[in-house]
Amino acid sequence: MIQFDAVHKRFPNGTTAVHDLSLEMPEGGVTVLVGSSGCGKTTTLRMVNRMVEPTSGTIRVGGRDVTRQDAAELRRSIGYVIQQGGLFPHRTVLDNIATVPLLLGWNRRKARARAAELLETVGLAADAGKRYPHQLSGGQQQRVGVARALAADPPVLLMDEPFGAVDPVVRTQLQDELLRLQKELNKTIVFVTHDIDEAVRLGDRIAVFRTGGHLVQCAAPEELLARPADDFVAGFLGAERGLKLLSLRTLAAVPQGPAPDSGTWTLVLDEARRPLHWRSADDAERPVRPLGDSDSLLSALNESVASPTGLIARVDADGELTGVTSRDDILEHANRAHAELGVAA
Amino acid sequence: MTIDWSWIADHTDDLTSLTLSHLEAALTAVLLGLLVSLPLAVIAHRVRPLRGFLLGASNVLFTIPSIAIFVLLLPVSGLTRTTTVIGLTVYSLVVLLRNTVEGLDSVPVRVKEAAKAMGTRPLRTLLTVELPLALPVIMAGVRIATVMSISLVSVATYIGDGGLGQLFTDGFQRNFPTPVIVGVVLTLLLAVVADALLVALQYVLTPWKRRRA
Repeated sequence: MIQFDAVHKRFPNGTTAVHDLSLEMPEGGVTVLVGSSGCGKTTTLRMVNRMVEPTSGTIRVGGRDVTRQDAAELRRSIGYVIQQGGLFPHRTVLDNIATVPLLLGWNRRKARARAAELLETVGLAADAGKRYPHQLSGGQQQRVGVARALAADPPVLLMDEPFGAVDPVVRTQLQDELLRLQKELNKTIVFVTHDIDEAVRLGDRIAVFRTGGHLVQCAAPEELLARPADDFVAGFLGAERGLKLLSLRTLAAVPQGPAPDSGTWTLVLDEARRPLHWRSADDAERPVRPLGDSDSLLSALNESVASPTGLIARVDADGELTGVTSRDDILEHANRAHAELGVAA
Repeated sequence: MTIDWSWIADHTDDLTSLTLSHLEAALTAVLLGLLVSLPLAVIAHRVRPLRGFLLGASNVLFTIPSIAIFVLLLPVSGLTRTTTVIGLTVYSLVVLLRNTVEGLDSVPVRVKEAAKAMGTRPLRTLLTVELPLALPVIMAGVRIATVMSISLVSVATYIGDGGLGQLFTDGFQRNFPTPVIVGVVLTLLLAVVADALLVALQYVLTPWKRRRA
């Protein structure tokens, strides 16, 4: 667990970066710090591993005051990922990943073996290990950055806008990977971003900062989207926060019925009963994107709007059709979710 | 102007020893220059207030004519190899200092920050991150300093040293062009070969610069 207790940071030029911050970041959870630039979120992150020293207040990692530890040793015990990886251009990918183990005094063989293992963990091919960072794509470099942070298996991971410099497709992939990794590794992660969608996607808790280093609200994503503390937070979440909330709810609880076998549009299946497309009575075809129980209400709504019948095709893990759900059922469910959470207008 | 080939054949031993002596003076100066400029460059890079002073002072040194430096050194070290080497060191120092500071400046802040955030202490960061990344710029300085020193050794003929430079005075005094031509060609050859070797050395030392994706 990371605890901030009445932490204040004033820079020598007089600007207050962080104002009287008290915040707990739960163990094994992802705490996302969001806010526009200059709100103190990065400074907050950097105080955890003493890249920035607080002016007053205490920061504890695992119960220990960080300022009472040797800064270099503290940093070796905390993983750190920055934009574009911040990789060492003169070291091979393998040696980049082995950085902290080598600093900790592991022998080169063991450090390299661990690095090779991590290449796989973050989804890179083994032959990437011998390359230099500039020979990799931005997304691959970012993966190396994550692998390097994980090398000595630190309990805490600091991620400073790690996916800020990659295109949206790669960004989504990297977010998925991080969620997958986190399921296995259960690290205490502090994640800085200015992208609210990324925050909602990754965070177990989201801390919203306002310019001047004020923490405005810290809550679970659903809570935040349902009941923003004030107009600033509501504004930051955007006009579609009701829809964003639906991105956090899955289809699992929404009932399904049998697919229509007659009518204007019918659902065409392949021999394994996987949906192929919609076909109309006069042989027109429209695409179908089948959804599983883990897909969100938001994607369901989106698909139902695109569907010629307003129906979405539901499938199991093998892609086999289990039934269909109507737009009305999705909307009713969405409405109920909002009512349950007492979503403020 | 014709070359007296028999003179060359008769003097191969002398030419060899002059060439070696020439090379030794130049290389010693570059090595000493590196040894002195490295710590100075690190100071100039880290301590901003001293930077202007160090670079300014070294530039002033560079404006002193080479003969004047040798003459100024005479009361200190006399008509010796030491005087030659000190004089040449001063010049290579100026070039090396400027390039090393520039090289250290060129290391991306992001990379230095990453090293620090991983828990690398300052000295290790300097030795394993900053200097290797500054190497291409430092090597550019080493190449200039080496070629410059090789050409400057001859000036030390005035204080009784000068390696291949002695061939020039010999040739001029006797109005006999062969030693002069041989001296020029050997000096040129030395410079070209030394430079090529340094390029090869840099290639070996910077494997990450080789293959571009």
